[in-house]
Amino acid sequence: MKDYFFLALKNIKRRKLRSWLTIIGILIGIAAIVALISISQGMEDTINEQFEKMGTNKIIIMPGGEIEGIPGMMSGMMAEYLTEDDVETIEKAKGVEIVSPIIAKVSKVEYSKEKAYTFIYAWSMDKRKEIWEDMMEIAQGRDLEEKDKHCVVVGDDINDLFDKEVKIGSKLEIENESFRVVGILKPTGGRDNDLAVYMELKIAQELFDTNEFMTIYVQIKDGFEPTQVGENIKKELRKAKDEKEGEESFSIQTSEQMLEAFGIVLNVIRVVLIGIASISLFVGGVGTMNTMYTSVLERTKEIGTMKAVGAKNSDILLIFLFESGLYGLIGGAVGIVLGLGISKGAELLASPYLGAGIFKVSMAWWLILGALLFSFVVGTISGVLPAMQAARLKPAEALRHE
Amino acid sequence: MELIIQLKDVYKDYVMGNSVVKAVCNVNLDIRKGDFIAIIGPSGSGKSTMMNLVGALDIATRGDIFLDNINIEHVQESELAQIRGEKIGFVFQTFNLIPTLTAIENIALPMIFQGISKEERMKKAEEILEQVKLMHRRNHFPNELSGGERQRVAIGRALANNPEVILADEPTGNLDTKTGKTALEILKKLNKQGKTIIMVTHNLEMAKYANKVIKLKDGKIVK
Repeated sequence: MKDYFFLALKNIKRRKLRSWLTIIGILIGIAAIVALISISQGMEDTINEQFEKMGTNKIIIMPGGEIEGIPGMMSGMMAEYLTEDDVETIEKAKGVEIVSPIIAKVSKVEYSKEKAYTFIYAWSMDKRKEIWEDMMEIAQGRDLEEKDKHCVVVGDDINDLFDKEVKIGSKLEIENESFRVVGILKPTGGRDNDLAVYMELKIAQELFDTNEFMTIYVQIKDGFEPTQVGENIKKELRKAKDEKEGEESFSIQTSEQMLEAFGIVLNVIRVVLIGIASISLFVGGVGTMNTMYTSVLERTKEIGTMKAVGAKNSDILLIFLFESGLYGLIGGAVGIVLGLGISKGAELLASPYLGAGIFKVSMAWWLILGALLFSFVVGTISGVLPAMQAARLKPAEALRHE
Repeated sequence: MELIIQLKDVYKDYVMGNSVVKAVCNVNLDIRKGDFIAIIGPSGSGKSTMMNLVGALDIATRGDIFLDNINIEHVQESELAQIRGEKIGFVFQTFNLIPTLTAIENIALPMIFQGISKEERMKKAEEILEQVKLMHRRNHFPNELSGGERQRVAIGRALANNPEVILADEPTGNLDTKTGKTALEILKKLNKQGKTIIMVTHNLEMAKYANKVIKLKDGKIVK
């Protein structure tokens, strides 16, 4: 077996250019697959981590009904909002401890005569701190406090909006009112969040003269099941809004459901992308098959000679299968290095937007080993037909071949 | 002397489109251990076909061929390969060395298919290299060797599994007279050591080395 392996290796070395072209065919497919798996696995890990940070005792209520089993996915596109009445209704539901509504508005922000449009997020500070102590991490200055009147905290990327640097103490003008920047956040992992301006809920309600909320966060009481509390809230809201089951104008998600929803979306994306990458690997396999057929044709006389000196059909078959398997293996090994390089590059590119260390691509051993095995299998399968042709050659005829 | 190869009423037909070419026709032949036989004849006389049949590279259309008392017409291809590797050493006109293997690796190649360990293979191949006086070219590739050297490597390869019979198809065809003679001297010496040599040639001068000459014409033995 080892000897056949070396015979095959020597043949690969013989036609260097052709071998490399064949290997590149496999390499591109494997690199694409490895990069995509590595990145999507990294995304999944990141999302899981974020949700873990969030905890499992939270429920999110969003406007807009459930669509195709993915709750709240369309909420952003709908002109529906939750109201102060809804907040009161939710507070009454069994198992609810804290209710924290959020205002999110795109608004004009002026700073030293420059204008920009960005999200204004407003939460009730005392409630927010109770629900998530470390939801907003301050890099400079201080966090908002309930008593703050005309104070804001800004995201890490706020300076992308203005030429002049926004600092602690800078004055931003929103809706013709002046706000002092008291804190700058650490990167959150979301571009929108990093460009946003944050203020106290009551101030925003007055400023925009609104009672419409984009999201309501709920923390449940100890000892209650998130799903059950979610059902309680749903029932209360339905009753208050006079809506039928299945036709709600809102949707409710526990953190687990949300995680699941993200998982579904991520899986769909993953399957589509890896499917596309697989096509390129298939093309690589066809290239390998072509190379192997050429090789069989070119070495017909050699095959005849080997048979004359005692090689059985199975020996010839193995030599050629090893050869095509090796194309796969080498292509796979280089492809894995390239693929992981690409995914690491994606990580580096993403880190300024997401914050360092938030998104880490996966470099799991199973991915490397699996890809290597897979590429060997692809190479070997591509070689089956040519190798069978080689093995079946009749020695006398093969020897006559010029 | 003991019979090593026996052909009984052997026919070989080739179908070429609509016509049938009778390449070998009713051949009966006994070859004894230690014979040095030259098969001569003009091109198209069936020499090469005979060679393929005797060397178990091809199967007869009719008749029986016995190699060391085994009827090779009734054996599976895998078994046939085993028999070829064990009992016959081939020397080809165009040497047929594997270009990716060095001189010593080419000589050791037939032993791989007999499942002989690497250590033993290399030891045996070195002995053979000494025998064909090519120790100094041990690690050279075929394209780095002269025609005569290549043929000596090919003869060395034929000796790898210590076969009873050496089949040489025009062994001097691609060599000049002097190197051709050297190759024949080696064959002659091997014959003296007890090997049965069957050589196909169209060169009557070369046929003189043999102790028995068989002349073929139109697929039949005429002398």
